[in-house]
Order: sequence, then C-alpha cells, then structure tokens
Amino acid sequence: MADAPQIPDEAETRARWGAFAWTAENAEKAKAVIARYPAGRQRSAVMPLLDLAQRQVGAETQTQGWLPVPVIEYVAAALDMPFIRAYEVATFYTMYNLVPVGRYHVQVCGTTPCLLRGSDDVMAACKNRGMVKGKTTPDGLFTLTEVECMGTCTNAPMVQINDDNYEDLDFDSMSSILDALAAGKQPKTGPQNPKRHTSEPEGGPTTLKEMVSSNHDYRKEW
Amino acid sequence: MPKVTVDGVELDVPQGATVLQACEMAGKEIPRFCYHERLSIAGNCRMCLVEVAPGPPKPQASCALPTAEGQVIKTDSPMVKKAREGVMEFLLINHPLDCPICDQGGECDLQDQSVAYGRGATRYDENKRAVTEKYMGPIVKTVMTRCIQCTRCVRFAEEVAGVEDVGAIYRGENMQITSYLERAVGSELSGNIVDLCPVGALTSKPYAFEARPWELTKTLGIDMMDAVGTNVRIDARGRQVLRVLPRVNDDVNEEWANDKTRHHVDGLTRRRLDQPYVRVNGALQPASWAEAFAAIKAVNAGSSVAAIAGDLADCETMFAAKTLVNALGGSLLEGRQTGLDYDVTSLSAVNFNTGIAEAENADVILLVGTNLRWEAPLINTRVRKAVWKKGAKVFAIGPEADLTYKADWLGDDASLVSKLPAHVTDALKGAERPMLVFGGGALSVPGVHGAGLALAKSVNAIKDGWNGYNVVHFSAARMGSLMLGYGLPGGIKDVVVAKPKLAFFLGADEVDFAALPDTFKVYVGHHGDKGAHAADVILPAAAWTEKDFTTVNTEGRVQRSEKAVFAPGDAREDWSIFRALADALGVTLGFDSFDACRAAMIAAVPALGVEGIADYGWTVPKLPAKPEARAIPSPIKDFYLTNAICRASPTMQRCSQELIHGADFAEAAE
Repeated sequence: MADAPQIPDEAETRARWGAFAWTAENAEKAKAVIARYPAGRQRSAVMPLLDLAQRQVGAETQTQGWLPVPVIEYVAAALDMPFIRAYEVATFYTMYNLVPVGRYHVQVCGTTPCLLRGSDDVMAACKNRGMVKGKTTPDGLFTLTEVECMGTCTNAPMVQINDDNYEDLDFDSMSSILDALAAGKQPKTGPQNPKRHTSEPEGGPTTLKEMVSSNHDYRKEW
Repeated sequence: MPKVTVDGVELDVPQGATVLQACEMAGKEIPRFCYHERLSIAGNCRMCLVEVAPGPPKPQASCALPTAEGQVIKTDSPMVKKAREGVMEFLLINHPLDCPICDQGGECDLQDQSVAYGRGATRYDENKRAVTEKYMGPIVKTVMTRCIQCTRCVRFAEEVAGVEDVGAIYRGENMQITSYLERAVGSELSGNIVDLCPVGALTSKPYAFEARPWELTKTLGIDMMDAVGTNVRIDARGRQVLRVLPRVNDDVNEEWANDKTRHHVDGLTRRRLDQPYVRVNGALQPASWAEAFAAIKAVNAGSSVAAIAGDLADCETMFAAKTLVNALGGSLLEGRQTGLDYDVTSLSAVNFNTGIAEAENADVILLVGTNLRWEAPLINTRVRKAVWKKGAKVFAIGPEADLTYKADWLGDDASLVSKLPAHVTDALKGAERPMLVFGGGALSVPGVHGAGLALAKSVNAIKDGWNGYNVVHFSAARMGSLMLGYGLPGGIKDVVVAKPKLAFFLGADEVDFAALPDTFKVYVGHHGDKGAHAADVILPAAAWTEKDFTTVNTEGRVQRSEKAVFAPGDAREDWSIFRALADALGVTLGFDSFDACRAAMIAAVPALGVEGIADYGWTVPKLPAKPEARAIPSPIKDFYLTNAICRASPTMQRCSQELIHGADFAEAAE
C-alpha cells in the first residue's frame, strides 16, 4: 500500500505522547461535545473529539496537528470505546492526519473540475517551493497533499490550507499565497480573482437576470 | 406470516425473515460471502443479489431485505445471473490467482462460487491491489491480499468472542482488515475466524501447508479439552490427526470451538507413551506388555486397589478400570484428581442443569468462583449472548477476570454466597429466569455447595420449566466419572487414607503423587507427563482421537466419539489394557470386545446408553450451608496448558507464552 500512511514508530510515539491529556480549555469543550449526545451514546462524540485532539496536538507542536496512537487511545478511553473502533474512524477520514504535518497543510484539489481549471498549475506552484506530495518540507512549514473534491467547484481550482479555502487560483496567486504564509502573514482567503466576491459569475449574472433587482415571474415566458 | 413467491413457488415465511432466508426455505441456494446466520447482517459483499418485485427495477441484496406480503422473488432470472457474474468479477478484480499455494483451496467459498456463478474468464488486465500481511497472533495466519472485506471476522470478534481487537482500517480500495496495531488477537476463540473467512485471507497458522482437504479422512468426534463436549470433526491423514474442526450442534457449541480444541492436536504426536515402562532401581525402563503385567501382579495387592481418573478419561475406560478394581475386590474410585471433595450423592446438584443452549435465555446471572472464559469458553459465549443481545445482568463472586462482558464483581470471599448484598438477591428474586453458576473453584471451599443449593431455593431459581442451579466443570471426564461412581465422600483424601497397595491412574496427571508414597502406581495414559514421571509401571493407552468412546459433558449430555486414527507403537485402547491385565491378575471382567464393554457399561448405567441429556431429576442433598470466609481460588492457572496433550503441543505452549505470559512473537516488519 504505497499510498497508505506509514504510522510513525510506536515506541517513540508512545514516549512522546503517552502522557497526552486535555488542556483545561479543551476538557471543557470535550465535555460540551459529549453532552450533545444522549447518555450511553457518548461514542458518537468520537469525531469531534478526535478533531479537538488533533488541534491540541497541533497547538503543542506549532503545526496543523496529527493523531499519534496514544492520543487516539486517550480519546477512545474517554468515550469508553475499544481502541480499534476509534482507530478505524481516524484512519477512515482523510482530515485526521496519522503522520505529523507541517505548520501549513496544503491540500490541493485534483478532482476533474479543478483539474480542468488548472490545478496542475497550482500543484506546480507548490512543487516550485520545494514541496513533495505527501511530504513535509525540511523547514517544517508546508505539507502537500493532493485531495479529492472539496466542494468548491464553482471557484476551481482551489486549495485548502489549514482551515481556510483559497479559490480561483493560478500559478501566480498560489505562489503569492505560499510566500505570504511563509513570511508569517495571513493572505486573503476565499476567491483570489479580484472580480469575484464569492462564487458569483464573473462580470455579473448570466442567468435569471431579471431577478437581480426585483421578483420576476418567469412562468409567462415558458 | 408473509406469503412470498420464490421462483414460482409460493410459501409462508416467518415474520421478520429476510429474503435470503425465504429463498433458503424454498430450497434455493443463494451465494453469499458476508452473510452468516450467527453474525449480524452487514450486506457489503453484494453476492446475494436477487430480483424482487415489488421494488426498484434492480437486483437487491437479499440478506438485508425483509420479506413482505406478496413479494415475488426470482433467483434464476437473467438479471440475477448477470448481477452475480458482475459482483463476482468485481470481487475477483483484486483477488490474487494464487489458489495453488493457498491453504483455503478446496474449501474456499470464493473458489466454489466463482465456479458456480462467475463468468469463467477475466477481463481485467490492470495491476492488482496488494496488502501487507497483518500479525494476528499464534493461531491465525494472514494473507491479506486475498481479503474480500466481508468483515465476518470483525463481526465475530465483536459479537461472539467479545474482544474488540479486529477492525477495518482505511477506506475504499485501501481498506484493510487488521487487529489493533497488529497485536495478537487476545481471544480464546480466535481460531473460529479462520473457519468464518470465506477466502484464504485468514488461515490456520499451525496447520499451514499441512494438507489439502480432500486428502483428509473425516471422523465425527467429541472434544475432550473441556467439559462443554464440543462436537468436532477430526481430520486425519494416514495415522496423524492434522486438525480438529467444530461441527454444528446448536445445543452445545453452535458452530464454534475454542483454540484449545482446535489446536492441541499437534500435541497428539509428541511426548507419546508408545510402549510399556517398568521402574527398575528408581528409573523407568522400557518393557514388554508381559513384563509390565508381571510387575503389577508381583505387587500382590489383593483387594487394596484404587483407580483415579484424569480429566481426559472417557466412560468406557473408567468403566473397564472400575470393573477391574471391583473384580479385585476394591472400591476406591475417584475422578476429582486435584482433591475436590464436594458431595456427589445427587448428580443434579453438581450438574449444569439450565443447559448450555438455555443459558442464553437467563436474565439475571450469578457467577460464583468461575472464570467461565477459561473453564468453559463456549458457555461463556452463551452468557455473553444473554448479556449482549438480551440485556441480562451478571453478578460475580470470585477472583476478577475479564469475561468479555460487564459483570458486577462482588468480591472473592466465599462467604458472600450465603450473605449476598440486598440488591443482588432482589435482582435474582425478581428475575424470571435466574441462573446461578458455580465453578470448580467455588466448590473447593467447604460450605459453598450447600449454601449455593440453599441460595437456589431462596431466590426461587428452580421453577416450572427452568432450573437455574448450575455447576460448571472443566474436566471432560467429570460427569461421566460421577455417573460411573467415581466419587468418594472425602475425595482423593479417602484414597490417601486407605493407602492402597496398587493404584491405576487413568491419565491422571494433577494428582499429588507424593501423598501416596507406598502405593504401586500404574499410569494408564498416552502422554509422558507428570503422571508418567511418578509411575512405577506405565501402560501406554490411546488418546481421545484413537478410540471410540462415550463421554458426558457438564450439562449431563451423553455423546459418542469415533476413532479417527490408531494409537502409536505398542499403545492400546484402554479397555483392552484392562481386559488383558485382568487375565494376568487372574480375574474376569465379563467382556472381550469393545462392544461388549460398552454393553456392560450401559447395563450398569443405562443413562450412558442414550445419547442426549441424561435425566438426573432434581434432588437436593442435605449439606452444611455455612461457607468458610476465605477467598475462592481459581483452579485454572493457564488456559492453554490444562492437560497432558496441551502441554505437549508446541502451538498451545506458544499460545500460553504469548497470550498468557505476554512474550513477544510478532514478526519483524518487512
């Protein structure tokens, strides 16, 4: 399984993360999440708690965070569920990282709409900065992953970096985003095309034009 | 009772039956991989597709589709044929064509069904998926590339075995079945996932590359490793037993067998006693049968003779020994070799009265001094079923153990039996079908037996159609030996006090031999173990696979097992040893053949002549009911090494080291 993540050395991971426990703030959050589900159904909270744990690991390591095995076990124990069941969840969803990632986790969409709109250029911009698919750069800043559709096809091509989406990209805009991140700045999120605000058609509406200013009854025109 | 039509045949099916079950009732074979009648329904292999009207105009998975009134089901339409061929083709896309080197070959569901329902040729010429092997412990060998992800093993581990160690990680094409972090599956039932696996992904590690199924002669047997009386099939080639597989018997073992039952067989060829030995000047010397008999005759024991049965002794053996002891004028017969001395005047008071199959209907269960998981793993699965499926409550007294279900541990003090906390007695009294289970450990504490019987009465555990008083034994010989009168009031202490000049040990290895220093010890058994070391004369006998025999399990079920292979070397079947010895000692036993021996046994104990549950009635002996206030001991220290055959088995030794003592055998990652 060339594509499957290689779990880091277990002994080392246990030594580093064996003592993982919620911070006071996250303990409160975890309690609130568990309280959303009926008593005895606390296992339903496994996904939000794994995410919370990943974020806490991220905060501790100054990265986007990942899920070491002891941390998965900690969450499973907190929910009184067998380790394997939590482990199955963590391995199933791609947004749980099973290996350490860099500070910025660059997830480039390579599905058909993005591909047609130039995701190859976006990927090239990443590779231009020394990123390798599935690897973290030596400075620990960027991890590059090619992912499947993130549901932003109207603004293709797009990348997700940590919790933000960057859309309407090309080689140059992607490069400048990466430059800004590397310099510690926060680039503008959302569509990078200055002519677009969100996902509206560029240059004004192309359909249902009469609806722009007032309600219009199209039924007569059918 | 919905009425459905299957291929033009109309039939009534029970409410809640699935379409697949309806088709089976109509006599139609529905191919399947993931569906298994004793596991929950997954519906992920899609092999059981049938055409159902009314419904969407496409094939539907019959295993997960409930029947409805007026359904018309077609299992032989062109649509169904095409659907099966399609599913088969998809399953075979990533399945390697390595049948010639696969241990499942010849008994592989995928092989059989691709012949019966597949297209016959592949159209796939891309690369196949490959999956790394997973370590699953000493019993299960994995070749995960062959896995078709039916998840039967995952469901078995969770639902029946109760160890959530196995799971499916990753997703889509990357999905892999694995044990948690590739650790050994910590279950005494792990061998069953080998049988459940419809392909060759999980195969038996000890049996790897030993034989093809069509080379084996199959003999119906009854397992002697514990007192459950698991129905098994003994697969042998030539003179060697290669494996033991469970047979379906819903009253006893359903279709499971524990790992000891399955994998002690490599012990049957090791450390065997294959010729008589006589102790000369303190050392055991090989001898002929005549010399061995002469040595026994030279003891001149008169009527000072005893017979002590071991855990593996069968009824015919015990009867033959008993007849010989009686013919010599003796009457010292004991089967509880470790020194238990509970009252045996009423067999019903030491029997698993509820019945193994009925145990899953209990609603409140009190376990006293028994680690069911080790003493009777397949009774434990029944209790787990009661807990898991029907919400039964379990209370337990005794040394704490992980029973795979939640038990309320009350402590390990034996005196608790007569002064249970109020919430426990209330629960038992309020229960419709309360079940009390006493283990061998509990009965070893004086007073517990009587207190248990009193408790059964006070919580009303015995009522119409329900007897909730149970004793679970872990020795396969126990109920048979008690039926044959192997039970002295003081247990083995009576034998020690009587100082017999001559004693026969029928495969008895756990006896405190030092307590019988002046007794001439004749070991009649098949393995060179503790008993043989202490013996003055060794008479080599047949192991359980090497003779026909009758045995009685812990619920009093009389079952017969057949001979699969011959005993090695000069070893003989036990009854014939006693017959020949009787001649040498100048007495007669009254039988000259195995059949005559069995007939005489049945004449003496008619219940042994009828296969099935022996009726012991229900009589309560008057016993002291004040249990001593002390901790209940646990009689089994090591599940995998409970008898001479297991101790001779490399597989059982390895299981013990790895699963009980935590030694690390995981193979280095490649």
